[in-house]
Amino acid sequence: MPLSLMEGNEAIAWGAVNAGCRFYAGYPITPATTIFNTMLKLLPPMGGICIQGEDEIASIGSCLGASMAGLKVMTATSGPGLSLYSEHISFAIGSEIPIVIVVVQRLGPSTGSATRGADGDIQFMRWGSSGGLPVIVLAPVDINDCFSLTMHAFNLAEEFRCPVFIASNKEIAMTKESIDMDAIPRPELKERAAPPPGKPFLPFEIGSDRMAPCFLPIGDEVLVRQTSSTHGPDGYITTDFDQIGKNQERLRKKIVSAVDSFSFCEAYMEDDADTLVITYGVTARAAKEAFMDQKGEGKPVSLLVLKTIWPVPEDLIKKKAKSFKHVVVVEMNLGQYVREIQRILPDKKIHFFGQMNGKLITPHQIKEAIANV
Amino acid sequence: MSNLLNKSRPLVFCPGCSHERIARILDKSFQNMGLNGNQIAMVSDIGCSGLFDTFFNTHAMHGLHGRALTYATGLKLARPELNVVVTMGDGGMGIGGAHILSACRRNLDLTLLVLNNFNFGMTGGQFSATTPPDAQVGSGFLNRIERPLDVCEVACSAGATYVTRCSAYRKDLEEEIERAIRHEGFSVLDIWGVCTGRYSKRNKLTPQVIDETLAKLPPREGIVENNDRDEYGRYYREVSESQKPTPPPAKIEKKFDPPESGRQEVIILGDAGQRIITAGDILCFAGLTAGLNVTQKNEYNITVLRGPSISELILSPEDIGFNGIDRPAAIVAIGQEGVDRRANLFEHLDKDALIILAKGVEVPPGNAKVHLIDFKKQGIKTHDRALASLSVLAKLNKVINPEMLQSALEARFKEPVLTSALGLVDRVDIA
Repeated sequence: MPLSLMEGNEAIAWGAVNAGCRFYAGYPITPATTIFNTMLKLLPPMGGICIQGEDEIASIGSCLGASMAGLKVMTATSGPGLSLYSEHISFAIGSEIPIVIVVVQRLGPSTGSATRGADGDIQFMRWGSSGGLPVIVLAPVDINDCFSLTMHAFNLAEEFRCPVFIASNKEIAMTKESIDMDAIPRPELKERAAPPPGKPFLPFEIGSDRMAPCFLPIGDEVLVRQTSSTHGPDGYITTDFDQIGKNQERLRKKIVSAVDSFSFCEAYMEDDADTLVITYGVTARAAKEAFMDQKGEGKPVSLLVLKTIWPVPEDLIKKKAKSFKHVVVVEMNLGQYVREIQRILPDKKIHFFGQMNGKLITPHQIKEAIANV
Repeated sequence: MSNLLNKSRPLVFCPGCSHERIARILDKSFQNMGLNGNQIAMVSDIGCSGLFDTFFNTHAMHGLHGRALTYATGLKLARPELNVVVTMGDGGMGIGGAHILSACRRNLDLTLLVLNNFNFGMTGGQFSATTPPDAQVGSGFLNRIERPLDVCEVACSAGATYVTRCSAYRKDLEEEIERAIRHEGFSVLDIWGVCTGRYSKRNKLTPQVIDETLAKLPPREGIVENNDRDEYGRYYREVSESQKPTPPPAKIEKKFDPPESGRQEVIILGDAGQRIITAGDILCFAGLTAGLNVTQKNEYNITVLRGPSISELILSPEDIGFNGIDRPAAIVAIGQEGVDRRANLFEHLDKDALIILAKGVEVPPGNAKVHLIDFKKQGIKTHDRALASLSVLAKLNKVINPEMLQSALEARFKEPVLTSALGLVDRVDIA
């Protein structure tokens, strides 16, 4: 089959337009900039809009406006820009505005190393907005994931009316790889649900069979209200404690309770192993090599590569880890996701290997971590 | 036309507050224009002006402090037919300064009403970007030692096409707001008013004082001739329509067998400006012509035309997992800065690894074979040496062969670059 050559970032852009994205706004920052470059080539000729915001706050802000006008929207940045996105991430969470946010991680803190890879913003994506409500985060391993997980991210944003993050990494984003885009399985596209006919529209009314409100765009015939204030079904600010509490719980539950339906992963299970390696992102590539080596050397381990990071796919992890004594968590930071594994597998021996020096974790290092168990 | 004020959400401003007057006048402007609620989006900021969206039966979006123009931008670009009206206080104008500058520069057809009452009413009367230095406000002495900002002057210098400074008590305010909404472009109305809840308790500010103060300032009224130009949205769509669709990336068919079996790793070490990354691309394309999977990782400094430039390539018949390289089959060493950055690579090289070394570049000692090329003597300029080195690899049948390289160049370049690249590759002497 004939192959093409492109960057992970380009594959994200192609995935986005194939998912129906028609509005992109971003501010230049390495290693995310080539997503903007690609969207600028793709969107205007197809009637879409791609703009460069005056800063990251404006970029994501204009995305929220365009999303409320009914378009599928995306923005992309790296750690320093993610900091600036924070207030609008919480707006998108609390006011249920669909948006895909690509975070191409680079080594922090702060401006950090421009530009080395890291997975240092894994907890930041989850907790870096006011209110502490959950978000969805998907983590690609390679260029094929960049394409397909982006399509899934749009579907999830539409279905649950929420921000969905792609947790990329400089080492995937700016690495060029051979790809056969046509061979990548594509999910059926989902659109935000229109309200049932025959009833006055309330922008945040929750039908008995739904977890997220139905959507009408700002600008059509029926009036639509959107607000960042804590609101009732009518979209006006509310002071009703009962209504506030129930809505907060629904915002939490609509994301957390659904994770089994989107727990993307790759699992390589070996019957004779007593150790399970858990990892995600670019590190999974080294882990797969370590897995093959261990098997070849007659010292098999099992490997779980998580592609849905948040909400934590707890059932999946518990199920996969069930028969193992030891779990080795490997990540390109000094210990972030391992906290979740410790939390949900209190009876296992949890080992950790992390590195944050701008270099890829190697298969050899992972094998050493396994040997130290 | 019917009144668009929301009967179930009566105005809740302090007695005597100018905001109430402006809300009623804005409604009259909408009526005069014959607009229905669904032809309007009210985008409101934070503070007392942030209540505006709730008082109207229109589309509405209310968000974070200072950011109203950002939502308005997305809405208007997505829905060009909507009348998008933004209400913001002097507080939102201050914190959202970058967005105001940008809106002025873009000239997207939005209407910004700055409800300027010289302080933060809702949070306790602190000073804002427009508080006069001699005012008594809730920020102690701080406003005395800063200078207030004239949003009209700022807007004009930033390129706004419609700027008016006026009093909330101006007799024809409803006509002026209508003119601003009808203006095709970004319009800013700096509307001075009285905050009875906070500001005017300690400061003498009445409609008459406002008029007297405005009379002393240079007038700003309506269209700014010097800034006249196309509206951004219309212009954007016009330019977009002339853009050619971008085809999917080229697909490269397998045409050849590679000269060597198994996974091959190559590192190109050079200096910025030596077209190292382009050479990496070409090597990848060459791999694709032999049906191989490829990856390319590049490294360069933030300085654009200074510093090392490095491209790491893997060509493999198998799926490529981990793509770090520590034992390359070949190294192209054509720039000292790239070599120095990876100096620790050399001592671990296998003895059948090959280094294509440009004369004048020094590499640390190691076991690998060195193939020295005097590019200067062959008249090959420094920015052509990366591609010339690929020609050396191909002619030595190392990793790639000449057919793969030629086919890669045909895939990667168009004329006239292609002919000159093919010529260069052809004339490289490997002896």
